[in-house]
Amino acid sequence: MNWLTNFVRPKIRALVRKQDDRETLWEKCPSCGQMIFHRDLDAAMRVCPHCDHHMRLNARQRLEQLLDDGTIERIAVPDVPADPLKFRDVKKYTDRLKDARAKTSEDEAMVVASGTMNGLGIITCVQNFAFMGGSMGLAAGEAMLAGAERAVADSKPLIIFAAAGGARMQEGILSLMQMPRTTIAVEMVQEAGLPYIVVLTDPTTGGVTASYAMIGDIHIAEPGALIGFAGQRVIQDTIREKLPDGFQRAEYLLEHGMIDMVVHRHELRDTLSRIVDMMMNRDESRIIKSLAALPPAVDAPSEEKTDADDASDAAPVETDS
Amino acid sequence: MNSFLEFEKPLADIEGKLKELKHLAEDGDVDVSSEIAKLETRSDLLLRETYEDLGAWQKTQVARHADRPHYLDYVEGLIEDFTTLAGDRGFGEDKAILGGLGRFRGRSVMVIGQEKGSNTTDRIKHNFGMAQPEGYRKAVRLMKLAEKNNIPVITFVDTAGAHPGIEAEERGQAEAIARSIDTGLSLKVPFISIVIGEGGSGGAIALAAGNTVLMLEHAIYSVITPEGCASILWRSGDKARDAAEAMKLTAQDLLELGVIDKIIKEPLGGAHRGAAETITATGDALAEALDNLVEKDGETLRLERRQKFLDMGRAGIA
Repeated sequence: MNWLTNFVRPKIRALVRKQDDRETLWEKCPSCGQMIFHRDLDAAMRVCPHCDHHMRLNARQRLEQLLDDGTIERIAVPDVPADPLKFRDVKKYTDRLKDARAKTSEDEAMVVASGTMNGLGIITCVQNFAFMGGSMGLAAGEAMLAGAERAVADSKPLIIFAAAGGARMQEGILSLMQMPRTTIAVEMVQEAGLPYIVVLTDPTTGGVTASYAMIGDIHIAEPGALIGFAGQRVIQDTIREKLPDGFQRAEYLLEHGMIDMVVHRHELRDTLSRIVDMMMNRDESRIIKSLAALPPAVDAPSEEKTDADDASDAAPVETDS
Repeated sequence: MNSFLEFEKPLADIEGKLKELKHLAEDGDVDVSSEIAKLETRSDLLLRETYEDLGAWQKTQVARHADRPHYLDYVEGLIEDFTTLAGDRGFGEDKAILGGLGRFRGRSVMVIGQEKGSNTTDRIKHNFGMAQPEGYRKAVRLMKLAEKNNIPVITFVDTAGAHPGIEAEERGQAEAIARSIDTGLSLKVPFISIVIGEGGSGGAIALAAGNTVLMLEHAIYSVITPEGCASILWRSGDKARDAAEAMKLTAQDLLELGVIDKIIKEPLGGAHRGAAETITATGDALAEALDNLVEKDGETLRLERRQKFLDMGRAGIA
């Protein structure tokens, strides 16, 4: 024990740690490769100020962007059997779940919440791609059903944010059965005459697209989002040709009549509010314009443009076909 | 039987010997009848032993066997006056999913199913049972037509999955499947689905949201092919056998999980060793299932079907 261990070493440690923290304060845009200061990125709703790339959001970020401050109420989802097939690939399914829970601080890949959006009461289900690729298993089925039941009970619209590679293979056939089960959830909302709106975010593929994500009253996609049924690798392996530019991107789906609109994240909340307000067909608008202004334009950070070539948002997305 | 599966090799050997002996017997010089009888007993025993205890991967191979009866064989064997109805009224006529009106043991029915084809020409014509969006849209049209006329819907499921391709994506494969599930779930007429071979992924469930789901003894039904699962989770297509075992895709597993309602027994050695017998057994199971549904009113049928799917995974799983 001397002044070296008591005083100098902690100081050095603190200095080093600060350096590390500073690293994470800057995030690299996966599309253009530019470094963005975290506050600027948050202010821009995690849309790259340089190239407009819409970065993926986790469930918490999505709820915070969508719902009015202080109105977010998480809706409990019934427990489901853990690991019904006792599934094991190179890793045990239960371990994969543990890892995902530790990584995301969420219980499962779909979060259900109620709250207000510009003053309008809504129920929302948000898929979290960071949690095992957002994959749809028993828990997602129960989450959709919980959201639908609450929407019907409260006579509120249901808005879902889809983001998933597809079905959760570790639950085998039971994950496939979530396609009819989530479809039933949608039917319940639609039978009650309530709006069911789907926001397709990057990426939405496989069994999720082929069930609740494609039977909305209205389909909205975020710019550039990958949306499709079969995975690109599967298609490429089948046809052995190069896929066309922009294939399975939001704009491509708009062109092919599969979605109603592509909406920039900065406009999303107001667009959703306007649609919900009109679909609820009340005598007059109930929108309370939020005070939150659109984020200001952000100046480029001092760093020079980094090598953009190796940056790609084409994270491998696995889907069933 | 000409084509033996890999795990049937010992059987193939015995049957080869039998053939030789029978040739000898025909020549007439030596009396080999006792040898033949012995070998036949052994062959029967071996067949029984092999098929009593098929693993998931072996069942996958049996379910895909080229000589297994396919959808159109069932139509021919079970449906009278079958009248094909073509087209989705929007884009085209898909030949992987075929459907039409017919009579099943006296009753009018709407029959829809996936046809894999039995020889190379047919397989190409039917795209190996992998439908384009138009196939599912035609299915939706026929289901609605059946409902309007209060006719039960019967679907035969046999596909590795919906077709993955550029055009399929362009024309909304996902939406077509989703709409088909939705339509099946909403029907106010009896809806029975039979998994006769391979029930692969979304392409299968699109036609399988029935009040009663029957499945042949050696058929498989899964969220993805074992090969696909292996390539994603094990990062190697060679692990398909492991994936098949892990996925619980056999009829016996699915009955236990509450995903299907009844198993239709196949003749000894699988449906490919007795197509006529298999088709009759399927007809009997279908008639029984239909008898249980036809008296119910439309709304009851729809709500019971819905409840059945809602219950899945909520009870009976440890």
